[in-house]
Amino acid sequence: MGAAHSKPLTALAKTIRSKNAGVDKITFDVIFPDRASYDLVRKSGALSRAAVCRLYGIPDSRISDHVEFEPGLAIKFTIYRKVPSGSLGDPDIFGSQQYGPLLSIDVPLD
Amino acid sequence: MTIDQEGPRTASQQRLNRGLRILCPNGHLGFAPTKLGSFRLGLAAEPDMVACDSGSCDCGPVPLGSDGSASPLAWQRHDIEAMLVGARQLNVPMMIGSAGDTGTNSRVDRYVGIVKELAREHGIPRFKLGYFYSELTKDAVRKRMEAGETVSGLDGRPDLTRAELEATDRIVAVAGVHPFIKLLDMGADVIIGGRSSDCAIFAAPAIRRGYPEALAYFYGKVMECASFCAEPYGGKESIIGEITKEDVKVTAMLPEQRCTVASVAAHSMYERSNPYYEYFLGGHIDMSQCVYEQWDERTARVTGPRFVPAKELRVKLEGAGKVGERYVGMAAVRDPYTISRIDEVIAWAKAAVRERFGESGYQLSYTVYGRDGILGDLEPLRDRPGHELCIVVQGVAPTKEIAEEVCMIGTRQMFYARLPNVKGTAGGVAFLLDEVMPASPAYRWTLNHTMRVNDPMELFPVHVTEAGI
Repeated sequence: MGAAHSKPLTALAKTIRSKNAGVDKITFDVIFPDRASYDLVRKSGALSRAAVCRLYGIPDSRISDHVEFEPGLAIKFTIYRKVPSGSLGDPDIFGSQQYGPLLSIDVPLD
Repeated sequence: MTIDQEGPRTASQQRLNRGLRILCPNGHLGFAPTKLGSFRLGLAAEPDMVACDSGSCDCGPVPLGSDGSASPLAWQRHDIEAMLVGARQLNVPMMIGSAGDTGTNSRVDRYVGIVKELAREHGIPRFKLGYFYSELTKDAVRKRMEAGETVSGLDGRPDLTRAELEATDRIVAVAGVHPFIKLLDMGADVIIGGRSSDCAIFAAPAIRRGYPEALAYFYGKVMECASFCAEPYGGKESIIGEITKEDVKVTAMLPEQRCTVASVAAHSMYERSNPYYEYFLGGHIDMSQCVYEQWDERTARVTGPRFVPAKELRVKLEGAGKVGERYVGMAAVRDPYTISRIDEVIAWAKAAVRERFGESGYQLSYTVYGRDGILGDLEPLRDRPGHELCIVVQGVAPTKEIAEEVCMIGTRQMFYARLPNVKGTAGGVAFLLDEVMPASPAYRWTLNHTMRVNDPMELFPVHVTEAGI
């Protein structure tokens, strides 16, 4: 895909974050500044369930929720943790740095 | 302070014609100090109540398991002092839920003690101080299980087993609005709550005054993180929320912040798996039909949440159990060949620990920063490590002595790992410290479950005492 046919997600979204949702899940929010960007990304499938599973290398069963949240102009998904927050070996007690890979997404424009 | 479209009025004028207004200074009291500037502006707007939450399970299982706090005593005291002095001056109730991060009995007692001490120090006239406990003994849960009750797992967890219960050190039940309402009925001016739903703290006084449950719980939900529902981003600033029979309105107190449609809607997603539903003891609210509007420059208005009562009263239980004593070591690598074979280095060190301690009776964990230290199995770039790595080693065992030795072998033996073609033969890793460090014991979340109750008050005993002079 050439540069003219895609745009980085970071140029379209105003907030990209992750955070604990209870002790067994981590939730991801991608929030857009306007409806045009929200619709563009939503329709592109760049943040679909399948795309998210591919990016993080997880089966669909690891996703507990995937929501297009219109009032917030946001796409939101939640995954089950492999071990509960703060268990030995969990490197991100707050789940606050799990969004990193989302920053490398390119959104196709056509 | 303007909260409607008819232009500025004095706070006293506003008070004549309005709903219930609560000032919330902090989304997690004590975790980082309340910003006092916007809090004072909030007090000047003459709220009907000052309330906030002080707990979270975000800080991991250690505080609950070890019955400690994630927040320093000095910060807790600082925040309580501002709220107490302000609320007593206005002569309005003050409420804190989930005392001391975890809401265990010792945290409630600590906050009650702080309130009494501050009331004396500030010469505050005598007032009623109410509090309730949320802790639940293992024995109480065991008896219910023996009587045939299922303690159901949340978020994909299996139902509670006896073994998992026995591995637990401390349990709190998450209260709903009920003990707060009860204590307000008993005339408490200041309330310190054990573990409770964040939204219950604000919903309780609203429900008690007859506002619709749907709006009341939504009100609690939007208020509980203070300025996190405002923009631009800035935590620990105060907000005032107002509930009427028709709507909920929320206003940022910091002059630089605004509550907007976008910021309030975005907050309804924050740290929850689904933005449309919020669950608590007694039911849940459905926010899928909520309408968000800009009311004035700094105020957003929300209508349309729905309340769905629960068919059965189920209380959420949180529990943590000790895994063992813990030591932490660190080692770093710069040699690209060693980086490419870091799993072999780790395997070498693990084998040395096995040689000394056998296969079980301890735990040894490696986190490889520079490769997949933060994301673990979720890391898409695991096969492209950086030019240097830091490996954090954790050794966990029943005693400190064994944990220290497990961690020491697991760290130092990386130095001696034998790789077939390594050029550097005078030490395989770099040490920042040639030692391992004692850390807090390792705990884990053992309970994230629900249990049936007959009465929403049955696990939450309430008490009223007096404070002040």
